[in-house]
Amino acid sequence: MPFRGALLAPAAAHKCCSIHGPPRSCHFGKIKGNGHIEIAATLLLILVLAPFAGSLVAICIPAHKGTASAWLSGSIALFCLAISAGLYPIVAANKVLRYDINWLPELGLNFSLRMDGFAWMFASLITAIGLLVVIYARYYMSANDPVPRFFALFLAFMGAMLGMVLSGNLILLVIFWELTSIISFLLIGYWHHNANARDGARMALTVTGTGGLCMFVGLMLIGHIVGSYDLDVVLSSGNLIRNDPLYTPVLVLILLGVLTKSAQFPFHFWLPHAMAAPTPVSAYLHSATLVKAGVFLLIRLWPVMAGTDQWFWLVGLAGLSTLLLGAYFAIFQQDLKGLLAYSTISHLGLITVLLSLGSPLAAVAAIFHTMNHATFKASLFMAAGIIDHETGTRDMRKLSGLFKYMPITATLAMVASASMAGVPLLNGFLSKEMFFAEAIETHKYNLLDTLTPYVATLASMFAVTYSLRFIYSVFFGPPPQDLLKTPHEPPHWMLAPIYFLVFSCLVVGVIPALTIGPFLHTAVQSVLGEATPVYSLAVWHGWNLPLFMSLIALVGGIGLFFIMRPYLATSIEGPPFFRRLEGQRIFERVLVTLSWKWARSIEMRAGTRRLQPQMRLLVGVALLAGAVTLLSQGFKPANIILRNIDPAFALLWLVGMVCAVGAAYQAKFHRLAALVLLGGAGLVTCITFVWLSAPDLAATQLLVEIVTTVLILLGLRWLPKRIEDPDDQLMTISTRLRRLRDLGFAVFAGLGMMLISYTIMSREMPETISSYFLERAYSEGGGTNVVNVILVDFRGFDTLGEIAVLCIVALTVFALLLRFRPATESLEAPEQQRVQNAFDDDHPDRKKGDSIAEYLLVPSVIMRWMFPVIGMLAAFLFFRGHDLPGGGFAAGIAMSIAFILQYMAGGTRWVEERLRIHPLRWMAIGLIVATATGLGSWVFGYPFLTSHAQYASLPILGKIPLASAILFDLGVFSLVLGATVLILIALAHQSVRAPRAQIRAAKLAAKENT
Amino acid sequence: MELVLSAGIGVLTASGVWLLFRPRTYQVIIGLSLLSYAVNLFIFGMGRLRVNAPPVLEPGGVGGLLTHTDPIPQALVLTAIVIGFAMTALFLVVLLASRGFTGTDHVDGRE
Repeated sequence: MPFRGALLAPAAAHKCCSIHGPPRSCHFGKIKGNGHIEIAATLLLILVLAPFAGSLVAICIPAHKGTASAWLSGSIALFCLAISAGLYPIVAANKVLRYDINWLPELGLNFSLRMDGFAWMFASLITAIGLLVVIYARYYMSANDPVPRFFALFLAFMGAMLGMVLSGNLILLVIFWELTSIISFLLIGYWHHNANARDGARMALTVTGTGGLCMFVGLMLIGHIVGSYDLDVVLSSGNLIRNDPLYTPVLVLILLGVLTKSAQFPFHFWLPHAMAAPTPVSAYLHSATLVKAGVFLLIRLWPVMAGTDQWFWLVGLAGLSTLLLGAYFAIFQQDLKGLLAYSTISHLGLITVLLSLGSPLAAVAAIFHTMNHATFKASLFMAAGIIDHETGTRDMRKLSGLFKYMPITATLAMVASASMAGVPLLNGFLSKEMFFAEAIETHKYNLLDTLTPYVATLASMFAVTYSLRFIYSVFFGPPPQDLLKTPHEPPHWMLAPIYFLVFSCLVVGVIPALTIGPFLHTAVQSVLGEATPVYSLAVWHGWNLPLFMSLIALVGGIGLFFIMRPYLATSIEGPPFFRRLEGQRIFERVLVTLSWKWARSIEMRAGTRRLQPQMRLLVGVALLAGAVTLLSQGFKPANIILRNIDPAFALLWLVGMVCAVGAAYQAKFHRLAALVLLGGAGLVTCITFVWLSAPDLAATQLLVEIVTTVLILLGLRWLPKRIEDPDDQLMTISTRLRRLRDLGFAVFAGLGMMLISYTIMSREMPETISSYFLERAYSEGGGTNVVNVILVDFRGFDTLGEIAVLCIVALTVFALLLRFRPATESLEAPEQQRVQNAFDDDHPDRKKGDSIAEYLLVPSVIMRWMFPVIGMLAAFLFFRGHDLPGGGFAAGIAMSIAFILQYMAGGTRWVEERLRIHPLRWMAIGLIVATATGLGSWVFGYPFLTSHAQYASLPILGKIPLASAILFDLGVFSLVLGATVLILIALAHQSVRAPRAQIRAAKLAAKENT
Repeated sequence: MELVLSAGIGVLTASGVWLLFRPRTYQVIIGLSLLSYAVNLFIFGMGRLRVNAPPVLEPGGVGGLLTHTDPIPQALVLTAIVIGFAMTALFLVVLLASRGFTGTDHVDGRE
């Protein structure tokens, strides 16, 4: 295996041509001053960002100003081309230009751009052909189309391609790769009113996107093997990758991405359907950019992955079958663009075959053909677009004899398709000869290698046939019949890009060494490094076997065309037999089965819209997950010891359990009783906290208990009455069974929780991070109440998140209640009020509403007096919080209780006439104060939410801790207060709104009656 | 002590889960509240049960798990209590709105 040794060389060579240094610098030799390099590296960034910036501008241009957007895109493309031309001296010196910004260095993901000769070649192709396509598109696009959108997408696509080829990091490369898939989806579907365009776009995205995801996994595996995602590191780790046990999966995954993108068999079917795109899009995507992305990555990774048997078989088989089938299918296309699409597929196959061989000379040919194909295929697509534009059809059965009408277009197309066919003195011929020369070399001793020269000649023969067909059927023969309009030459500027491209085909074809030679050499050297072989770009190599193969292909192809001509003149689209085996059909059938049939049948069988079964499923899965984990890990419940039980504690929990079960039992028919029992269970919980040395929790629990009870009491008014019906007691058997099953679930869950908690609680306490907090709470947090120090200092960021959640919930409640429409049956005044009002009506000495006002007179007076007392308690809780149980949470809730008591004592209107209640403002202030305290530490150069502790002696209050955390706690206090009050008051206000709605309804009814 | 508390957690959980499966929204909200007691106590229990252990440090002092209560479960439960209240409030308002829109208090929005 002669090429094995050669392969190792480039890997070694890469180490010397790219220096790995610290980020945020560009790596390259000492030939120039550093300032120069910095500028060059910045230019690299501009090169990638300029198209995206242009895209953003273009999308803002009004739809009718198409020309302005064309000028913009043209200038951006020209600008990028100029940058890449300006960077040529650096890459020509065989240096690697880098630009690094640390992005997520922990994950090995940096925004690093990297330009070597090969990336430079691609960047120049992308920008140069981009510029030509922009000029062409300016004349091609109709004024009725939203032209700025086209150019915006076009520029974004150009940026994504540039980013892809210039990525110096594998993950970044994937990001740009996926971006090209997504933007090409939008470009192909540009005429979204057309169903074919939509389908083609969707298919392209599904196929290339799926491949891209596979490739992502493959590249991550490479990163795993190499230990870095940096391209320079990867390129110098060829042996590591090839000898890794994961090599085969990595190769398969990456090839899935590459072969789908480059439309290789069996994933080729999306490309012909992508022809529904506007022709400039096809000319750009399918000559120099999108499909070449796959080839690009194949060449990029060639030095580190090629040369193995797996590579040879996988890449070779895909390439050879694509080469042959693409060329064969192309002959039978009736659509001009369809023919070009299949020809593109076939030529990409040719490049893939070259890369599969693993020899440096073949790699040179692959790089060379990549450039040549881009030039002649772009010009042919443009010519096809002109023909379509001028005649209104692309059907070769309808077209003929156009030479008379458009001689310039015809001549240009003829030269370009001669290049496609591989006629001497054109660039296509040169790379094809190199291909033949490599095909006859023996690289491996197996069937595939033996077959390669024959398949190559046959495919080349087909290429001659379809190229000839393209020219002959369109430009020669009798004048065209029933065309919609008389064709004529397009505007001069529409032809200009084709002139340029065809001219370069010719020049490169005649004097390759003087024109393309140096550029090709730069590109080749950056890929192959020291393994760069000696190759000759001469036109004439003497009478050798490749030339004979070319001659056979040429003669055979011409002969085949004249044999096939009568059949092709009338045949239907697509090759015989194979047309039934359409990839698209299979693809669609698979999609329909997967995403429609199976999905629906699963939904039908497993889905339900009813919540109760869903809840059972959820709890069931949770129980199962818990049980399986515990049992499989050998869970042993602790021995139950009945000694040492405090009878008072046991009695307490007996009450707690009775409350819990009672609440569960009464919740359906006796809501108030259930609420009281729930409160009982809450109180038992609260006492448990006190008992077990957690005063902070007990205080908070007690306060929250009060607020929750008030909240649910306020809600009870709007629920429908439910009165126990004695007949309902006779339950059916199915209901009994259902309840029994639910009881089973509940008992199982309860027993499980009991066992788990008992087992853990009776074990020894392991060493946890708690000691950390206990040791540092005072020395670093400046407080003795460790719980509070954790909340406002150590884990202040969590608390900030938590109060933000509270804020969001309060706002959601507020918003939901703004649009609240109670059920009509709960609109009328509650029974108690009615009774009281009726009592007033019956007694002439009482005014209506007196009873309601006098109701709970004594308690309400007490409640009013309680306001300052509770306010004082809240302040007390707040200030001692850092050192003793209390804190912002508890104080906030306590203060909100003070407000709620006023509402309960005096009624909504009474309170709001006397107090200014602005819970929204309090919440806002709280959030701002907490965040500002956090930001404040930035001013002193500390990380977000670092606190500073200090004790201050104040008169009367004495020594109080004044950590900056207390400011944060103030924010917590204000927000908790605001949120709680907002929630409760918003609910309480519903009772005020409801009578208004009633009055309004009554007025409306009265109006209608009169 | 441990046995009593874990039995309490078990009964709270069982009552909560039973109510979760019931068809009326009010039952579900009571069930969720019971469940949140159980979960809070469970988390609290992870720091082991300590009677008469000091929860706060001496000024200037350094604490340890041998002498003091475990602060982390307490800090976790403290925030859980407040968030639990927010959740109850949100759920209550959603159930009221659902009752207003659909005219029923069944969890599915129809009988």
